[in-house]
Amino acid sequence: MIRSILIAVLAIGIAGVGYWGYKEHEEKNALLIQAENSYQRSFHELSYHMDLLHDKIGTSLAMNSGERLSPQFVDIWRLSSQALTNVGQLPLTLLPFNKTEEFLSQIGDFTYRTAIRNLDDDPLSDDEIKTLEQLYKQAADIKDELRQVQYTTLENNLRWMDVELALATQEEQSDNTIIDGLKTVEKKVTEFAEGDEGSAFMEISTKDHEFKNVSGEWKDEEQIRNFSKDLFSIKDNVNIVVTKSGEGADVPMYSVSYKDGKSVYMDITQKGAHPIQILVDRPIEDKKLSLNDGLIEAEKYLKKFDYQNMIPLQSQQFDNVGVFSFVYSQDDVRIYPDSMVLKVALDNGDILGFNAKNFLMNHNKRNIPDPKFTLEEARDMVNNNVEIQEEHLALIENDLHEEVLTYEFLGTMNDETYRIFINADNGAEEKVEKLSGTETNFEVNM
Amino acid sequence: MNYKKISLILSLMIIIYVPSFNQKSVEAFSPQVIQHGAVGDDVIELQARLKHIGFYTGPIDGVFDWRTYWALRNFQYEFGMEIDGMAGQKTKEKLVKATEYNEQEVKQNMYQTQKPKQNQQNKQNQQAQGEQKQQPNQQQQQTQQPAEQTQQPAQQTGAVNVPQGFSQNDIKLMANAVYGEARGEPYEGQVAVAAVILNRVNSPTFPNTISGVIFEPRAFTAVADGQIYLTPNDTARRAVLDAINGWDPTSNATYYFNPETATSPWIWTRPQIKQIGKHIFCK
Repeated sequence: MIRSILIAVLAIGIAGVGYWGYKEHEEKNALLIQAENSYQRSFHELSYHMDLLHDKIGTSLAMNSGERLSPQFVDIWRLSSQALTNVGQLPLTLLPFNKTEEFLSQIGDFTYRTAIRNLDDDPLSDDEIKTLEQLYKQAADIKDELRQVQYTTLENNLRWMDVELALATQEEQSDNTIIDGLKTVEKKVTEFAEGDEGSAFMEISTKDHEFKNVSGEWKDEEQIRNFSKDLFSIKDNVNIVVTKSGEGADVPMYSVSYKDGKSVYMDITQKGAHPIQILVDRPIEDKKLSLNDGLIEAEKYLKKFDYQNMIPLQSQQFDNVGVFSFVYSQDDVRIYPDSMVLKVALDNGDILGFNAKNFLMNHNKRNIPDPKFTLEEARDMVNNNVEIQEEHLALIENDLHEEVLTYEFLGTMNDETYRIFINADNGAEEKVEKLSGTETNFEVNM
Repeated sequence: MNYKKISLILSLMIIIYVPSFNQKSVEAFSPQVIQHGAVGDDVIELQARLKHIGFYTGPIDGVFDWRTYWALRNFQYEFGMEIDGMAGQKTKEKLVKATEYNEQEVKQNMYQTQKPKQNQQNKQNQQAQGEQKQQPNQQQQQTQQPAEQTQQPAQQTGAVNVPQGFSQNDIKLMANAVYGEARGEPYEGQVAVAAVILNRVNSPTFPNTISGVIFEPRAFTAVADGQIYLTPNDTARRAVLDAINGWDPTSNATYYFNPETATSPWIWTRPQIKQIGKHIFCK
């Protein structure tokens, strides 16, 4: 009797301990993930901030007016301090991260000193520009190294907590890839140049333009279903799913989806049935068409929807897909807010994507005044070190989200390409961007 | 006047005509028109040829970037051709005539700097794999690695196109998040989740970086339970690229939830935009 009671008590005890242990284990794992996430966040943010910093310093080299430079330097200063915080949050006390920290405090000091002085009365001296150029080069090195390590950690799924755990359990630290990788960050000076950042294909307009110029009659679901059937050459329209958007949508629209081998998705306005965006996903075969052939297909597609005066702006090839952006041109002025993007499969020229959201949102017949500044006068406002290669008139949305007429200059300086917008009415430097859009292939360079 | 015009046309015709006899020029490039943004062997050749003649000073990496563009335009300018920054038939023929190109040598040079590094990578992988024996949760990746490596030599270029303002790593990180959050969703549902991440980056009420948004505590369940560390598939990557290039099936949503599992009643008060797959997207 006593024996069986004892056994029962013991069994309950063991089960209890087991349960407790399991709970502890679960809690430990949850906490581990939490801690891992915060390390990951700091590290990814650090590399992002370094990237941004590099870009901002590069852009500041091409700027001319104090009006632009001061805020730019303030921004760099802010970024450098954020990046420093990121470094501080990493478990790197045992690692030599001095070079990065040193660089960050240097650039912080420099930009702070220059940002607080009046750059219009007292512009940057030659020595200061040299310092800035040097910092720019250094930023490129550090950024590249960090991006490479980031690639390694993402590719190989490396965890910071493994390092921490190894330390906590006092184990002999054999080769830990993450530490090795980060040590080389400090040592390795890579020779390749890399640059990204700049403007995205689609400029995001934060101001809510309300699709004012979307015209046509209101359509019902059946009409949309038939429209989609023709557009995507679908035989049977029963499987096409059409749903109405909810109250949160910017403009009343239908969402169309269809699946059969390929997946088709389209947002289309209820009024006038203008496709806002189309996304087609299917496996893509070997590349048979050139990027240029793709562009021709994209232009054909625009004609089909009767979009006139669209000029190609950018083209990029990702794997076997070409992505093309277009802007509207009115009397030879490029209207940047009215943009569109198309995606073309380079195996057979199918249109895989169409995005006219910005165009539909912003497009209207504008009254474009004659510029008060001449091209020559505007050119004088551009930084002397920039060699101007191309120029256009362009309508852009400035920092205050107003549409302004500008001269657009494409120029080069120290192997980088810049796009500079000078206000055509008052000569102000509205925007300076460093263009690029390529990056070292880390997979090959690892 | 007329004489001049005629002689000009004649000389142009000769320029166009002569190379068509010359078989070498046809063999060199493939017949495609090479333009800004293109990637591949023709771009490598274009860069190498422009470098040979001194117009291009950058690295030969197989991506038609801005430096290649300006070099090509300068070439067209110096040789009195139409300046359009595209390598069409005429430009290519001129280039072939004016320069030399040794494909093997150039490609060898392109990979030379990369070879020792690749060995290093193999070593690293072995190390990583050694470690993985103690870490069963990383198994998935082990099977993936060799496949990727065998694919490498075929089409690799020294650089790749990235959407402006993004690194390959940003894309990877987002693909991880999208895969963890929405791998069972239709394609547009995955683009939608990626778009929400980007909308949050642009929104003043959320962190300003991709990693900040993704790792914000309690923001995404896949991050909280560690699913973000699964290896994403190619669909997730393509969805992320589409979102970055401007596609947003959610029309500016910054929240989404699964109505079957959502625990917070607050989320139901947000103005809803639409439902894609299992997720309801809202402002």
